[in-house]
Amino acid sequence: MSDALKDAPSGGPDISHVTLKNGLEIVVIPDHRTPVVTHMVWYRNGSADDPIGKSGIAHFLEHLMFKGTEKHRQGEFSDVVTALGGQENAFTSVDYTAYYQRVAREHLKTMMEFEADRMTGLVLTDEIVDPERDVVIEERRMRTDTDPAAELGEALAATLFTHHPYGKPIIGYMHEIEGLKREDALNYYRRFYTPENAILVVAGDVSKDEVVRLADETYGKIAARGEKPVRLRPREPDPRSTRRVTLADPKVEQPSLQLAWLAPSYTTATKGEAEALEVLVQLIGASGTGRLHRKLVMDEAVAVAAGAWYQSTAVDRSRLLVYGVPRPGVTLEALEDRILAVLDDMAKHPVEAGELRRAKTRLVADAIYAQDSQSSLARMYGSALATGSTVDDVKTWPEAIETVDAEAVQKAAQTCLNRHRMVTGYLMKDEAA
Amino acid sequence: MNDSSIKPSLSSRIQTVRSASGIEAWLIEDYTVPLIAMEIAMRGGSSQDPEGLPGTASFLAGLLDEGAGPYDSAAFHDRLDDYAIELGFSASRDMITGHLRTLSKHRAEAFDMVRLALIEPRLDEEPVERVRAQMLASLRHEVNDPDTRANRTWFEQAFAGHTYSRAVKGNFESIPKITRNDLIAYRDKIFSRETLKIAVVGAIDAKTLATELESIFGKLPAKAHLTSIPVTTPKMIGTRKIIDLDIAQSSIRYGGPGLQQSDPDFVTATVINHILGGGVFSSRLFREVREKRGLAYSVFSQLAPLDFGPLHMGGTSTKNERVAESLSIIEAEINSLASDGPNDEELDIAKKYLIGSWPLRFDTSTKLANQLIHMQVENLGRDYMERRNGLVAAVTREDAARVAKRVYGSGAIFTVIVGRPVGV
Repeated sequence: MSDALKDAPSGGPDISHVTLKNGLEIVVIPDHRTPVVTHMVWYRNGSADDPIGKSGIAHFLEHLMFKGTEKHRQGEFSDVVTALGGQENAFTSVDYTAYYQRVAREHLKTMMEFEADRMTGLVLTDEIVDPERDVVIEERRMRTDTDPAAELGEALAATLFTHHPYGKPIIGYMHEIEGLKREDALNYYRRFYTPENAILVVAGDVSKDEVVRLADETYGKIAARGEKPVRLRPREPDPRSTRRVTLADPKVEQPSLQLAWLAPSYTTATKGEAEALEVLVQLIGASGTGRLHRKLVMDEAVAVAAGAWYQSTAVDRSRLLVYGVPRPGVTLEALEDRILAVLDDMAKHPVEAGELRRAKTRLVADAIYAQDSQSSLARMYGSALATGSTVDDVKTWPEAIETVDAEAVQKAAQTCLNRHRMVTGYLMKDEAA
Repeated sequence: MNDSSIKPSLSSRIQTVRSASGIEAWLIEDYTVPLIAMEIAMRGGSSQDPEGLPGTASFLAGLLDEGAGPYDSAAFHDRLDDYAIELGFSASRDMITGHLRTLSKHRAEAFDMVRLALIEPRLDEEPVERVRAQMLASLRHEVNDPDTRANRTWFEQAFAGHTYSRAVKGNFESIPKITRNDLIAYRDKIFSRETLKIAVVGAIDAKTLATELESIFGKLPAKAHLTSIPVTTPKMIGTRKIIDLDIAQSSIRYGGPGLQQSDPDFVTATVINHILGGGVFSSRLFREVREKRGLAYSVFSQLAPLDFGPLHMGGTSTKNERVAESLSIIEAEINSLASDGPNDEELDIAKKYLIGSWPLRFDTSTKLANQLIHMQVENLGRDYMERRNGLVAAVTREDAARVAKRVYGSGAIFTVIVGRPVGV
């Protein structure tokens, strides 16, 4: 371990992991500081599991899950959460869909009763589905269609993933959202919303025994389906070309660029590979100390901002992005050249010990800071399990990061940041319009 | 309140810690996680920006962690990352705030970095020009963002002639003009022990903190020199302003006068706002605009208790063809609350939510420290932690009707629409 963290507790709270008879997995994360619990159910399906021609169905169903069941009318669950002073919401990612409530500890069972009920009891009518489709259409307009940067992001993903569904937008394409029907939602629901496909994560002022007992009395009553639903995911072929996407819009006053590569996720990587990428991204992209910031924003003053991002938690082969925002008078081409020079240097020369230690210290500290927030911990464990990692993987992550050496970082840069397999995205002003 | 009440109340866990020279902090000791969160606040913010130089406070806040004392910008950031210290500063309209998170074992290094940032910021030429370039890039980035544009326009017009009309992050005229001397002058005027509030949560005891307080903050000037700001109310009420932008969906922001936090009716106003558009899945605006008609994904209302011009505000984003319909629903709900107040059922639900969700605001060290700062800044007293739910519970239907009338008045609002709305 690095000096900074030598005697910090690495394991954190005492996490339990249990599976009910019907296949539902349970993770319990104790946090007794306040009398509150975070109750989450994760389903192992996301936008990358949307059937062909039905993009957006995972996300649309997430909205429709608030519309009532055979036992409870539309809005009843939310009314109860509100009356108990709870907070609730849901989110959809490429690989998972999750629902959560945060309530005082004594209301945990009530949450479990409602959440278990809507795992199988959803009722949908066209009167309810139709206005909600309009809500999703407005959501897409708000998040994507009024924002040229988001539109470029969509084009970039579609270009990076030529075959795998990570290239499709989570919210779906407008023309396909418009055609999503009640039956599409119900078919998708019946296929994926099963105890075998779900993970219950409870963090907060509770014990393992209490959670398992309550879960058994609620979720435990749901019949097993016999087997887990299968995700049908085509494999992304190895890229052979560079590709470039450009979005020019009269509304763009500040140009920017992104570079994107396919990268292994924790689930697809060989041992140590994803950890090395995580350290690499910290070394090049950290906000005050990363190479891109130091060289391009500070030393050369060609960029106002530059950084990197790696989607490490994913079922399939994933992505790594580098971005840059040029200073006035610097072209996107010139900035791209300078970014590539910084990345080439990472591939050509091993990083020096002090810089490596700093990057690892900062990464590993995040695991301790996460212990301060029960909802962060619940999200960490939920997303890891929903994408194929184990509780142990999360617990031992700090140690795995510590073992990354300069050679592994250099190799990660050489393998991943190959400029012959890169997708470049330019966001610029449409001067002609 | 519940079966965990065997734990000591949060109020009783708040310790007032005083340094030798009288610098005061509120502390909640907690050793569950080996970290310390510290939040600080000083009165000022962008409302104290010099005439013609909006953005000065934000500019300075962005530079405090860009080099101080013996460390230039690079060395300062290296040191923060070497010890995994999270440190940052920001400016709102009324306050300058600082935020620290550190592993408790690096307390000494972390507190020293806070001291350097506050007492000895270098404001070297390279970071000054870099942060200036970043602020200008961010302004360019936001210039056609419909929400940002609607918000900026709302404040420019509603507070014309008042310091609140100026954008917190400045504008294309002011940012290039702000000099290092302007930043220093702002700091000399605003940074002081007089308005300083400090909250600490985590693995540190009162005696140790008392010593640290003196070494971190002891060298700050005793007095602030705040420019006096007149209390005002928003103008343009009863009008709509359309900003043309070629997008399929319009962004709408509305607002009118509100109440200050110190107003005896503020808690009641909070309950009413929750009923109008504060509750995520339960508010009138959510039900009418989103759930029943599918007009928008996001629709909300809020109270903005600004020191010198408190507001009630709200907004939504809806396709151009349905702007008129959305606005008429929002206005009808405001009018209905103003004339009739809430009904018993919705009042009961709102109160239950606000009471039950109170502890959710304190489930991380940083959130708890922020709450302690808020209570100090607004002079709410340590017992507010426990007192507040009683205040909510005591709100009657008569109170609610009276305060709804007081806040929403005739129901008139000033609305800004950015987009190509049809029929407005």
